[in-house]
Amino acid sequence: MVASIAFYVLAAATLLSGLAVVMSRNPVHSVLFLIAAFFSAAGLFVLLSAEFLAMLLVVVYVGAVAVLFLFVVMMLDVDFAQLREGFAKYLPLGGVIAGLLAIEMIVVSAAVVTRGAASGVRDVPAPAADATNAEVIGRVLYTDFAFLFQAAGMVLLVSMIGAIVLTLRHRPGVRRQNVHDQVNRTRAQGVSVIGAPTGVGIPDDLPQAARTPAE
Amino acid sequence: MIPASSLAEALGLAAPELILAVSAMLILVGGAFGGRGSSGVASLSAVAALIGAAVAAAWGDQGVAFRGGFIADDMAAFAKAAIYAASAVAVVLGERWLGRAGNAQFEFPVLILIAALGMGMMASAGDLIHLYVGVELHSLALYVLAAFQRDDARSSEAGLKYFVLGALSSGLLLYGASLIYGFAGSVRFDDIARATAALEGEGTGVLFGLVFVICGLAFKVSAAPFHMWTPDVYEGAPLPMVAFFTTAPKMAALVVLARLLYEGFPEAVDQWRQVVLIVALISMAVGAFAGLAQRNLKRLLAYSSISNMGYALLAISAGTAGGIEGLLIFMVLYMVDSLGLFACLIAANRAGRSMENIGDFSGLSRVNMPLAVTVTVLALSIAGIPPMAGFWAKYFFAFQPAIEAGLWGPAAFGLLTGVVAAFYYLRLVKTIWFDPAPGEADVPPLDAKLIAYASAIWAFPVFYVVVSLIEPYAAQAGRSLGLS
Repeated sequence: MVASIAFYVLAAATLLSGLAVVMSRNPVHSVLFLIAAFFSAAGLFVLLSAEFLAMLLVVVYVGAVAVLFLFVVMMLDVDFAQLREGFAKYLPLGGVIAGLLAIEMIVVSAAVVTRGAASGVRDVPAPAADATNAEVIGRVLYTDFAFLFQAAGMVLLVSMIGAIVLTLRHRPGVRRQNVHDQVNRTRAQGVSVIGAPTGVGIPDDLPQAARTPAE
Repeated sequence: MIPASSLAEALGLAAPELILAVSAMLILVGGAFGGRGSSGVASLSAVAALIGAAVAAAWGDQGVAFRGGFIADDMAAFAKAAIYAASAVAVVLGERWLGRAGNAQFEFPVLILIAALGMGMMASAGDLIHLYVGVELHSLALYVLAAFQRDDARSSEAGLKYFVLGALSSGLLLYGASLIYGFAGSVRFDDIARATAALEGEGTGVLFGLVFVICGLAFKVSAAPFHMWTPDVYEGAPLPMVAFFTTAPKMAALVVLARLLYEGFPEAVDQWRQVVLIVALISMAVGAFAGLAQRNLKRLLAYSSISNMGYALLAISAGTAGGIEGLLIFMVLYMVDSLGLFACLIAANRAGRSMENIGDFSGLSRVNMPLAVTVTVLALSIAGIPPMAGFWAKYFFAFQPAIEAGLWGPAAFGLLTGVVAAFYYLRLVKTIWFDPAPGEADVPPLDAKLIAYASAIWAFPVFYVVVSLIEPYAAQAGRSLGLS
């Protein structure tokens, strides 16, 4: 009873905040509603007794991804009102596609209701009753899925390499602060005494360094 | 197939992947310390690693590892050897090309190595997760390669377009995979086969998912009607990268598609054959007719690649061991022709600019006779004119299995579109030999010239020898899926 009430509350919260993500005018509000949706979804995972996944959802999606979204939204200053301008123009096509997807989902759901999903499959062996979520995942993550785990690491590596290849530039002539050079600068390098005759001024061909003596 | 009994044994089966991953990381660290000057050494090591991985794939142990997710069998070995060889050629072409463009970076061979790693994973995938991770790993590397000339607006555009449409196709693929998992209850191909057999024609949901997965993979092989990105990306991306895009990734995606269909859905041949056949027929038609209007050679070769994917899918739709054998040999012959043609494009320059339009090639026979002969041989080969390799590839290895499976109509349609497509290859040949030359051509760079000559020699006499050597292996690979 409590579980069903919790399910309906959490599911409604997930759907409503999902809707609010798309509907709200302020992009920052959208991201905040996204975080609310993640939290409610984490609650649904807890109801399925997948506590570890619930915590991961909060830690990874709320803690890292959503905060990153927030940074991006605030830093990029995208004009969302302008992005919405084509809304009416694309509405017919988008409506058709949305309708098709809705029909597909109804067909799929109907199939699940009438026959049940995953019929005719051998049962997955249930984990030992005393094992926790994290334990069960840990047992397979580094054995059966070791290869995939490392491959996922390679996916992250390739995205990092890509970001660096496409954006890092070594510009010549960039003046960076070099503390070693600054500390080692002697008086002779920084200061030059120029005997400027009265009424003539400094000669034009004087090097730039000599013109601006150190303070 | 014997399942690996320990982690060490499982890693032994994945030796080619380990070699590629470790050497990619070593080259990355070495390059970070060596700076920009180290790109030559990095490329050499990458070629060595690819050859090592190909040897490990061809002569390594065979078996199943990681709970059925990783399969090292004859088909995987054959596909991996071909993929790694094509990647090695792409490393050589790209390294020299980037050096001439003043953009030699050590990250280039690393990206090719990681792409080859992902493609090898696809060739060995025994479940949907391995399939997806392989697809994603190699696609991400390809997006970066397309945008590698980042100061060139067209290259950046190509990279972005490839990325956005590739992400869309990954979404389709994942949606389909989740439907299959939901209805079959497993991600493993053999479990899926068992589940679909148990469903006995009630498996609409599974087939629904399968159609989405086929669409996602058709995007990756640029089969029509999922081809719209291909001409734009090929036109904008740097030449050696395009040479890579047209070869190895398509082999990997076709092999994984064949394995998914043959191992995961052997009971549903009649259902998926329709889908694959429709994609194949549309690809052949689009590739032949849209190619007629192209003046830019990179776009032309994009359409040529689309129509060739149609032939490869026709071989898959046979649903027999002969179909796999035909697919593998067809793809090897196509890859050599395609790499050779792109090497010719890299070799043909006038006043420092690449000859990208058909008109630029006019009178090449009077300017550079060896190159003109090479382009002619390769164009005739890919057009399917006897006695070149492409003729046998198309009519013997792609059409024959389909005809044996009773698919007379589609094979005849392929024959007709082949005649249409032959027009644009013959027009290129005519431009080269009978039109006046507008001016001298630059001296072709050595690497591209040698690779082009080698593939032309392959396309006419050498392949007769090689095909008779590799055919037993391809036949063995075809039988490795347990079909008749």
